[in-house]
Amino acid sequence: MAIRTFIEAIRDGMAEEMRRDWTVIVMGEDVGKKGGVFLATDGLWGEFGDDRVIDTPLTESMIVGASIGAALNGLRPIAEIQFADFIHPAFNQIVSEAARLRYRSNNGFTVPMVIRAPYGGGVHGALYHSQSVEAFFTHVPGLKVVIPSTPYDAKGLLRTAIRDDDPVLFFEHKKMYRSVRGDVPEGEFAVPLGQAVVRRTGRHVTVVAYGLMVHYALEAAERVAEEGIEAEVIDLRTLRPLDRATLLSSVRKTGKCLVAYEDNRFGGYGAEIAAIVAEEAFDYLDGPVSRIAGPDVPGVPYNHALEDWFMLNPAKIADAVRRLAAY
Amino acid sequence: MTVTGQGGDAATSPLAASVGLADADLVAMYRLVALARAVDERMWILNRAGRIPFVISGQGHEGAQVGLTWPLRKGHDWIAPFYRSIATCLTFGMSARDLMLAQYAKAIDPSSGGRQMPGHYGHPSHHLVSVSSPVATQILHAVGIALAARIRGTDQVAVAIMGEGSSNQGDVHEALNFAAIHRLPFVLIVENNGYAISVPSEKQLSVRDVAVRASGYGIPGVIVDGTDVLACYAAGLEAIERARTGGGPTLIEAKVTRLTAHSSDDQQTKYRSEDDLAEGRAHDPLPIFRDQLREADVLTDAIEAELAAEIKALVEDATDFAEAEPDPDPATALDWVFAEHWPGETAPPWHGTAGSHGSAGAGGHG
Repeated sequence: MAIRTFIEAIRDGMAEEMRRDWTVIVMGEDVGKKGGVFLATDGLWGEFGDDRVIDTPLTESMIVGASIGAALNGLRPIAEIQFADFIHPAFNQIVSEAARLRYRSNNGFTVPMVIRAPYGGGVHGALYHSQSVEAFFTHVPGLKVVIPSTPYDAKGLLRTAIRDDDPVLFFEHKKMYRSVRGDVPEGEFAVPLGQAVVRRTGRHVTVVAYGLMVHYALEAAERVAEEGIEAEVIDLRTLRPLDRATLLSSVRKTGKCLVAYEDNRFGGYGAEIAAIVAEEAFDYLDGPVSRIAGPDVPGVPYNHALEDWFMLNPAKIADAVRRLAAY
Repeated sequence: MTVTGQGGDAATSPLAASVGLADADLVAMYRLVALARAVDERMWILNRAGRIPFVISGQGHEGAQVGLTWPLRKGHDWIAPFYRSIATCLTFGMSARDLMLAQYAKAIDPSSGGRQMPGHYGHPSHHLVSVSSPVATQILHAVGIALAARIRGTDQVAVAIMGEGSSNQGDVHEALNFAAIHRLPFVLIVENNGYAISVPSEKQLSVRDVAVRASGYGIPGVIVDGTDVLACYAAGLEAIERARTGGGPTLIEAKVTRLTAHSSDDQQTKYRSEDDLAEGRAHDPLPIFRDQLREADVLTDAIEAELAAEIKALVEDATDFAEAEPDPDPATALDWVFAEHWPGETAPPWHGTAGSHGSAGAGGHG
């Protein structure tokens, strides 16, 4: 067992899969010699060379579109979008093409590819280096969406995503790259897609989170525990396909559900979680299904006072847990 | 040199010899142009008779489509076609039945199992990439296919085909730039019929010829008369061989005419003059190619009669076959969202039917 940072686990996951399977390639902006702007691909170019670690022009649609083509012709591309904020030029390729090729060809064509992108705020990235974009893609059947919260899961889920025969969007919270560390065992292990995990058990309130919000929710749970409130924290890990069983069994136990997400509140991924809980666990609820999320402004503003206003944190989540627990 | 490897008739007229083919190749090419036309015309009849709801047509494009793609290696090279690629699909291995099954959207339609609108062809074993409706997305797929061919060392060439309307999309720029940087085995064919639905090329393009844009990527840009099937063949052969031997991509612009409205939902007399339409009919590749082959004594009365009878029978057979096939079962409509079935992704109970994989995990809550 070794202690690895979040980004080291991601890098290790890619390198090990590339050693195992020569059809795995990496494409993206600055992923070669520089090793990526966050150094997620550091060392891969030196080990695997120009053919398999490809520096692209600033062309997000090409990065995804050519990866789709490469996947159709026998490769397993990992497409890196430098920031999730810049994924929108590739939206058509992801949504109209990658997501639909298998369905529209009645299983004739498959697109085994992973799209990695750093997302999230709290790093002084302002409107265009802080966005959470998962809701755009979780809406789309044919896409799998993964957001890990630990180095172990990042490596294990990335390995599964690379081996998966369908397109997987793999969003990594950039604030966690070097701030989150954890045990990562040596050797091959995989974490299956579509399985949530209960990070902390509790009787009074279920807090549903993913990515950085898992850590904030766990800190919030620690705070309210001193007041006698037992919060159960669920880390979804895979947003789609969703592990309904873990979600619903927790809410049926606690009777209260708070969904914490960093994205804008209106129409965010947490809204779907709230709808599912309301539909499928209504008889068990003992309070309104609630959301705590980013405010509905067009982006995370830059100045630290404004950014702090935007971002969730353990204190804000703890307050929401208290309110719901008291209902 | 024969590309098709068809045996038997080894006769070579001066016309065939001028492009390095045998007479049998020329007849086979003519047969494809004529077959594509006959299938296409049948589609319109079926649409006007109320049998199929939608038609999008390749009439006027067939000569360029057959000539340009004839030099490709079937089942080895790749084509990312577009919605007018009827003759392309026939040339690359699809049958009249395959095309008609797409028109009728039947369960065994090899393009999509009846999921897509007619015209959105595709065939995995023939390496014809499934067509979608947002235009020019397929150019990047062909570039990626070419990239994989390079990395895997497969000696494959990838061809993308589109209209001049699509040439204005950003994906085309991104694709040509990347393909040129890496000198990928890639050919982009632009079938320029002068119209993006109703908008004429002078309102789409700041230049007369799409091909001149190739110079911006440092690659050859070739203009070819799309009614001249053998000129198209020669242009296709040169570009495909250049791609295969490491010479990088080529942009080929074939000047074609659109003999029909954009689709069965369009009325082109609203925006095209009678003179313009007459000019288009004068550039119909089918009679032009026929006259050329007859003058060269490659096509005789006997061969023409034989082809006409065969094509008529093929179209009848394809129509009857497709019409008799069953529609897709709604119980299969949830299939192939992913490779495997995900219990969490089943339809809600009020949709009545679950996917044919079964409904494990969809259980209600009382």
